[in-house]
Amino acid sequence: MNKIEVITNKCTGCTLCVKSCPYGAISMQQVEHELESGRKIKNLAVIDLGKCTYCGSCVEECKFSAINLEKDKIEISEEMKSYKNIWVFAEQRHGQIAPVVFELIAEGKKLAEKLNVKIAAVLLGHRIKNKVDELISYGAEIVYIVDDPVLEEFLDEPYCEVLSWLIKDEKPEIILMGATNIGRSFASRVATRIYTGLTADCTALEVDLKTRNLLQTRPAFGGNVMATILTPRHRPQMATVRHKVFKPLQKDESRKGEVIEKKYDFTNSKIRTKFLEFIKDTTAKVNLAEADIIVSGGRGVGSAEGFKLIEEFADLIGGAVGASRGAVDSGWIPYSHQVGQTGRTVAPKVYIACGISGQIQHLVGMSSSDIIVAINKDPEAPMMKLATYSIEADMFEILPQLIKIIKQEKGIS
Amino acid sequence: MHILVCIKQVPATTSVQIDPKTGTLKREGVESIINPFDEYAIEEGIRLKERVGGKVTVITMGPPQAESALREALSRGCDDAILVSDRSFAGADTWATSYTLAQSAKLLGDVDLIICGKQASDGDTAQVGPGVAEKMDIPHVAYVKKVIDIKPPQSNHQGTINVERMLEDGTDILEMTLPALITVVKEINTPRLPTLKGMMAAKKKQVLKWNKETIAAEEDKIGLKGSPTQVMKIFYPPARQGGERIFGKDVTEMAQKLVEKLHSCGIL
Repeated sequence: MNKIEVITNKCTGCTLCVKSCPYGAISMQQVEHELESGRKIKNLAVIDLGKCTYCGSCVEECKFSAINLEKDKIEISEEMKSYKNIWVFAEQRHGQIAPVVFELIAEGKKLAEKLNVKIAAVLLGHRIKNKVDELISYGAEIVYIVDDPVLEEFLDEPYCEVLSWLIKDEKPEIILMGATNIGRSFASRVATRIYTGLTADCTALEVDLKTRNLLQTRPAFGGNVMATILTPRHRPQMATVRHKVFKPLQKDESRKGEVIEKKYDFTNSKIRTKFLEFIKDTTAKVNLAEADIIVSGGRGVGSAEGFKLIEEFADLIGGAVGASRGAVDSGWIPYSHQVGQTGRTVAPKVYIACGISGQIQHLVGMSSSDIIVAINKDPEAPMMKLATYSIEADMFEILPQLIKIIKQEKGIS
Repeated sequence: MHILVCIKQVPATTSVQIDPKTGTLKREGVESIINPFDEYAIEEGIRLKERVGGKVTVITMGPPQAESALREALSRGCDDAILVSDRSFAGADTWATSYTLAQSAKLLGDVDLIICGKQASDGDTAQVGPGVAEKMDIPHVAYVKKVIDIKPPQSNHQGTINVERMLEDGTDILEMTLPALITVVKEINTPRLPTLKGMMAAKKKQVLKWNKETIAAEEDKIGLKGSPTQVMKIFYPPARQGGERIFGKDVTEMAQKLVEKLHSCGIL
């Protein structure tokens, strides 16, 4: 068992550890005690073991080395050592590979080189064999493919069954998936079935060469803190990863790769889900999650009509249209455009916020964007303070000007 | 129809703030609320019950104080509430949480539909719903934005649910046989507020309290011990520094300056 304790004669009652604990597990209690120096102290840090996750934040924070943490030594078993290679789940919808797959192949390849193993893509679907070359040209050294009519549409049950079976057969060390709706839905089913760890929505990955552990960093508590998570005792290690965190490799058609085609026997499968129909979203010209540029509107847009201007500007600069909860709840734009805590989390290169005040629930969904531009009549709005560039102006006056200037530059009349 | 709604008590996000002096999370006086996504799960459970009859049980795994979240769910119209609480559940990751909730749901025995919010606002993983379905060996659909139809099980019919699933490029329409699990997004409904009558009734209701013995949980599958993932470290990203205000004599000049900025960043 992990052990953590406060060394009474070193604790000065300074409360630094209380503030450092992300789980609220440390409190100051009135316990009179004496330091090694003989000084009398009134308060003592007390750790609630029911809340403590032994993360070590307090140990690092304590200036007096008053907290002792002993973590279990984890034996790396022979069984764990038999797992090799890094897999990327090559998510495809209607024959289109999700862009995040190429980003993950690039990052997975870096990690694979460090671990001296291979990077493989796993392609599941029907009539998808023509996608194999694309995966190889983006850097996959091995492509596993299961092509079957049962896999034509994404359903959690058969996809989970096939991937779990492949994992048992081939024993990959690490599996990366895009943090898409599909990835997040069925990765969890797979991890639960094969009993391994899964870390959601990672934004940074690294490997520890000694233990071969994947260090998975993700935002926690609404993006206010970052947590690095390990799966030390189980293999494979699974993670879903956000879009746009990593850059894909240049496509190179001269790359070579091994193709391994597998057949799965579905005769005894439990598939209790049936696909009936797909309805394409025609309101979104650019996929919000994958967009490099997002132009987003809030309550300040004022009406559904107002969003036409946002759309015009977004179209012109090749961006997607986002919205705050206020705008969605007012019925000006569909929910699929909502950015923030109850909508999507996005991290584009540029996020242009028009008439969005910047409530915390919205900020947690977009504050990791590279550049934030805020346009607002209220100079005191939180978004204006956070933004890389802020402009105190009425969006209905400045957007038409921006459109005019950019059109002139592009030579569009 | 027996509908089970899984909820989580979370800190109210508005009050999770960074202390500007220390750069750390402020914990004092943080209010606890029902995870915002779970409100849609509760509402959908009640609506489906109103549509086809039956009862709604609400369940949470958490510390004793999570009872207040269950009381609130009762006041909105849930019939029964179960608090699954044990010191040894502490530190559970999504695997161990899924196991614990599934063990509890199995104990109920007759559950036809489980509804979860798409994710919790503090953990943001969206993993527990699908995990529970896997542990229960039932089908699931995540990111459900509409329940089109539900047919409760009959002696000659297993029961089915038809749903719309929200994906990045559009909507899938799917059918599952019952029992099944769905995780729901905000678009599915507008949650009702608790009524005074509901609140009075909720006060009188008993919240069932289950621990690890009640649900016959295996010791090495719960809490920190049963969790495949471990938090190695927590750190605070550097706070985003405020940027530059763009001034100008009129909007044309401000627009011109902004376009230049965007060009210099390699955009446009």
